[in-house]
Order: sequence, then structure tokens, then C-alpha cells
Amino acid sequence: MFNVMVLIGILFCGIQTVRSARPINAALWLAGVSALAAILLYGLGAYQLAVIELSVGAGLVTVLFVFAISLAGDEPQPEQGGVSWLLGTALALACSLLLILFTLPLIGISNPSGDPSFTETVWHERSLDMLVQIVLLFTCALSVVGLLAQRHEKPKPVLTPALSIEEKQEQTS
Amino acid sequence: MMNQAVALVGVIGLLAIGLYGLMTARNLLKVIIALQLTSKAALILLLLAGLASGHPNLGQSIALSAIVVDTVTAVIALALAVKVRQRCGTLDVRALSTLRR
Repeated sequence: MFNVMVLIGILFCGIQTVRSARPINAALWLAGVSALAAILLYGLGAYQLAVIELSVGAGLVTVLFVFAISLAGDEPQPEQGGVSWLLGTALALACSLLLILFTLPLIGISNPSGDPSFTETVWHERSLDMLVQIVLLFTCALSVVGLLAQRHEKPKPVLTPALSIEEKQEQTS
Repeated sequence: MMNQAVALVGVIGLLAIGLYGLMTARNLLKVIIALQLTSKAALILLLLAGLASGHPNLGQSIALSAIVVDTVTAVIALALAVKVRQRCGTLDVRALSTLRR
């Protein structure tokens, strides 16, 4: 019952995210989706992942969105969208139906035991993945620094004609 | 099993809402936010796939990679959106598409 309530909350926050006209409101609803998704992950037994999702998805990403919106301006969305709502709904429903067809047989498969622990999986079996993620994070940081760097143009030096010896002597006298 | 079914319904709903937002949003920031919604759905689906295949910790570790990639994508996209706003003065996707003409 609790999971159903969480599910309803996720879907409600998701709909409000898309419906909000102002990006700042949409970012805050997205934070709600992340927090409720973390609760859902906890209910599925993924405790570490729930904590990471809560801190990164609901915390860091929301702060980044608010920061970017404060820089870029909170202009409301125009009334007419890029694609009509009917076509958008039809395409979204078609994709959802395809997902249902592919994932429905997965429910109910028993979980065999003997799986290595999460720590062992992350740091030993998928150590290369971790290395790539670290490189990716540093690349992202450098990219953002490069993108948002302010260019300070140096003032061009004023070229003056060279003075002759007589003119220099006149200036000194 | 009940939890997995509930999570699967959530995945499908989130994916539908995110795709709808991606197709109908005109503000660049809202496009990024809709992309985040779809990535949340993918994250939960990866965990469900791990549970269904009998390797829940493998599913968790792949979902962890998905969180990192998702965050990096959001950060780069937000930096690009800020730059677009500074250069072009708007975040309207339709107005930006006229740049190629």
C-alpha cells in the first residue's frame, strides 16, 4: 500500500514537472520525483542506490538547476509547444506500450542467491567503469569551466611613430 | 514481486511523461528537465532488470553509472543553455532553430 502511494506521488510530481510553465517550479517538482524515486528504490532493496539518488538527484542536480535558472532567467514557457499535445501523447503512449510488451515477462522471475555484494561488484568486477566515471566527472568539470569562462580581452597597444633624435632632444629640453 | 510490479508501473508512467515533455517543451531548460525524468525511469528499470535476472547488485552498480552519466549530461546541458541564453537572448527552442537557416 505504501509503495502504491509513493507511485502515485511520483506520477503526480512528474505530471506537475511537465505542466509547470516556469522552469524553477519544474525543477522543484523534479526534486520531488527524485526523492520519491529514492523511497521506491529503498523499497526494492537498493539501499546504497537510494541514498545516492537522494543526495545527487534530489540535492545536487536541483541546486544546479536553480543556479542555472538564476543565470539564464526564469522565462515562462510559450503556450504552443513544439509538437501538438495529441501527437505527443500518442507517441508517448506508443513507447510505453512497447516497454510494457518487453518488460512484462520479467516480473516474477526468482532471484538466485550467490550474487557478490554491491561493494565487491562496484570496486572489483566493475573497476574499469569506476575509472571511466572518475575521468568523466573531471572532464565534465573542465568542460563547464571552459564553457562558462569569461573572456577578458586585453586592450590593444596604441602604436606611436618612432621619434627621431632631434625630437627626443626637444622633448628632454 | 508486488514491489517490482509497482516500480514497473512507475517506470512506464515516468517514461511516458518524460517523452511527452521532451516533445512538447519549448524552453531549453524544460527540455533538460524532461530528459531527467526519462533518465529516472531508465534508472529504476536498470535496477528492475538486475532483480529480474538474479543479479541485483550488478543492476545497482550499472544504475550507479547511469546516475553519474545522467548528472554529467545535465551539468553540460545546463552550461550550454546558459551560454545559449547569453549569446542569443532566448531559450525558446523554435527561435534557436532559425539559426541554421
